[in-house]
Amino acid sequence: MAAITAPARATEDTAKRVGGGRWTAYWLLAPGALWLLLFFVVPFYSLVSASLFDPNGSVLTGYDVTYHVGNFGTAVKNYYPELLRSLWYAGLATLVCLVIGYVLAYAIAFKAGRWRNLLLVLVIAPFFTSFLLRTLSWKLILSDHGFIVDLFQKVHILGSDGRLLNTWFAVVSGIVYNFLPFMVLPLYASLEKIDGRLIEAAGDLYASPFTAFFKVTWPLSLPGVVAGTLLTFIPAAGDFINAQLLGGPGQRMVGNVIQSLFTSTQDYAAAGALSVILMALIVGLVLVYIRKVGTEELV
Amino acid sequence: MVDTSGISRRTVLRGGAGAVFGLGSIAALKGFGTAGLKQDPATCTSTDVSARDKRFVISNWPLYIDEPDKGYHSTLQDFEKQTGIKVSYTDDVNDNSEFFAKVKNQLGGCQSTKRDMFVLTDWMAARMIDVGWIQPIDPAKVPNLHENLIDSLAQPAWDPKRAYSAPWQSGLTGMAYNKKYLKKPVKSFGELLTRKDLTGRVTMLTELRDTMGLIMLSQGTDPADFTDHQWAQAMDALTKATSDGQIRRFTGNDYVQDLSAGNVLACEAWSGDIANAGDDNLVFVPPEEGMMIWADNMLVPNLATHRGNAEKWIDFYYDPHNAAKLADYNQYICPVKGAQQAMEKVDKDNVENPLIFPTEETLKQTHRFMALKEFQTREFERQFSNVTGV
Repeated sequence: MAAITAPARATEDTAKRVGGGRWTAYWLLAPGALWLLLFFVVPFYSLVSASLFDPNGSVLTGYDVTYHVGNFGTAVKNYYPELLRSLWYAGLATLVCLVIGYVLAYAIAFKAGRWRNLLLVLVIAPFFTSFLLRTLSWKLILSDHGFIVDLFQKVHILGSDGRLLNTWFAVVSGIVYNFLPFMVLPLYASLEKIDGRLIEAAGDLYASPFTAFFKVTWPLSLPGVVAGTLLTFIPAAGDFINAQLLGGPGQRMVGNVIQSLFTSTQDYAAAGALSVILMALIVGLVLVYIRKVGTEELV
Repeated sequence: MVDTSGISRRTVLRGGAGAVFGLGSIAALKGFGTAGLKQDPATCTSTDVSARDKRFVISNWPLYIDEPDKGYHSTLQDFEKQTGIKVSYTDDVNDNSEFFAKVKNQLGGCQSTKRDMFVLTDWMAARMIDVGWIQPIDPAKVPNLHENLIDSLAQPAWDPKRAYSAPWQSGLTGMAYNKKYLKKPVKSFGELLTRKDLTGRVTMLTELRDTMGLIMLSQGTDPADFTDHQWAQAMDALTKATSDGQIRRFTGNDYVQDLSAGNVLACEAWSGDIANAGDDNLVFVPPEEGMMIWADNMLVPNLATHRGNAEKWIDFYYDPHNAAKLADYNQYICPVKGAQQAMEKVDKDNVENPLIFPTEETLKQTHRFMALKEFQTREFERQFSNVTGV
C-alpha cells in the first residue's frame, strides 16, 4: 500500500510546487501592488483632494476639503494660455522628434550595418549626464554671443539684435533634444522587426521606393510611431525645466505654473486643480489618439 | 420574481460596487486636508543640551561665509577654537519660499528640524516669528548683539526688540550693467523698464519685495507705505515691460552668469553678488530713485536643542573684529558697529567700501518694503508670479 500511495503524493507535491497554491499569484503581486498603493494611489488621492480644497485656506491656517469644484473653473480661467501653450509646444516638439527620430531610427535599422550597436549606444549616451546639466549647456549653445546666433545673423535669418535664448524656439529645441531618445528607441524596435523581404516584394510588384515606404514600411512601423509619440508627448506636456531655463516669461508652460503655485505662491487648491486638469487632458488626448490610430500592439 | 428588465445580477453588483467605491473615494478625499501650522514657542519646547553637547547645526545661504585658505583662519574656525563647539555648517538655503516649504511640516507640527539656526530674509523671518516657530534669544547671553547692532536695523516692525532674530548680513538691491557690452550706462531704474536699446536684454529678480519695491520707487511711490491702487500701477508697469519683451527673464542668484556672458546688458542686482562675481566689467549702480535694503536674519527654531551654542554664535559674530573679517569676504553691509574701525586691521582697502559700510547719505536713499498681511501676501504673490513665471 505504502509503495503505491507514495508516488501519488509526490505527484501532488510537484503539482503544488509548479502550479502553486491558490494564493501564490496574489503573493507575487503584493510587492508591486503595495508599491503602487504607496507611491501612486495615495499621492493620487492626495492630489485630487488638494484640487477640492477650500480656496480660502492657506498653508499656515490649514486647508479643509470642502469639495470646492469651482477650483477647476478658476484654474482654467486663469491659466488656459499656459495649458494651450504646453499642448502646442509638446505637440510641435513631438512632430519634430518624429521626423528627426524616424530618419535616424530608419538609418540605424537598415543602413548602419556594423555601426548599428555603436549608433544605438550614442543615442542613449546623453543619459549618462544629468538632464539639468544638458539643458544648461543649451544656454551656452544658444547664447546671444554664441556661434549659432552669429551665423543666423550673418545669413539674415535673425535680425542684428535678434536672439534665440529665452524664445519659443529655444524651449521647443530643448524639449526636442531632451526627449528625442524616447522617440528613437521604440521606432528602432519597430523598424528593426520589419522583414526586409516584404520591401523587396513590393519592389518586385512594381512599387516605387516611395510607394513601398508608404504601403509597407510606414504601416508596419506604426506601433513604434504610436509608442514614440506617446513617450515624447506626455512628459513634454508636463515639462517645466526647458521653459524655465531656456524660456522667458512669455514661454511659461503649465508645469511652471504648477510648480510656482505649489512652492512660491503656496496656493495648493489652484495647484491641485491645475494638476488634475493637466492629467485629465493628457489621458483624454491619449485615448482619442489611440482610438484614431487604432493600434492594439504598443510595441 | 421581480422583473429586472434584462439587467443582470452581475451588472447590478458591479454598479453597486462601483458606486460604493466612488462614494468611498470621495469620502476618503476628506482625510487629505491639511492642518493649521501655528505653534507657540512657549509650549513647543525642548531641553537645551548646549552645556554638555558642544555642537551647533546651522543652515545658511551659499557663499555667505568666509572660507579657510592657506594661512587664513576663517571666522568659523576661530569660533570653534574659541568656544570648543563643533559647528556643522550647511549652505542649503537657496530661496526663502523653498526653505519655508522644506521645514513647514516639521515646524508646523512641533517636530525638530534638526537645526539649531537658519538664516532667512526679513519678510520670511517675520512670517515665521508670527506663526510661533522661532524661539526667543536670551538678551543677557548676547550682549554684543544689543550693544553693536547698527541703529538702522535695531527696531524692525516685526521684531522691535530683536528678541527673536539677529541680522547676519544686510544688503542693497539696485542695478548692475556690463560695461563691456553696454556703452551708455544705466542711471535710473525706469530705464530698465523702457529703454529701447535694452529690449530683451534686461533681467529682474524673482524676489517680489525687491522688484516691486524698485518699480514703485521709479513711479514715485513709497514701497514702505502704498495703497492697493499704487500696487496695481506698479504691477501694470511690470506686466507691460514683460509682455513687450523688454524683460527677458526673472532670475534668482543666477543672473550674474547671463550678465557676464553679455546675454543681459543691465539688470536688477544685489550689491554683494556683483562685488563677488570676479568680473571687472560688471558695475553695480544705485538707481537715482533709491534702493531697497534688506537683511538676512539668524533664527533659532523651536525644538533646537543647542540654543545656548546658538547664542554664543550670535555673540561671536557681533564682535567687531569677527564681523569685519566676515564682511571683508562677503562684501555685504556689515550690521555691526565698530567693524569699520576693526576693518583697518583686516583689510585697509575695504574700510571705505560703500557697499560694506554705507554712509548716512547712502542709507537715506534706501527703502524697505511694507509689512504685508497674510491675505495680501497671497494675492500679491499670485499676481507677481503670474507675470514673472516663478
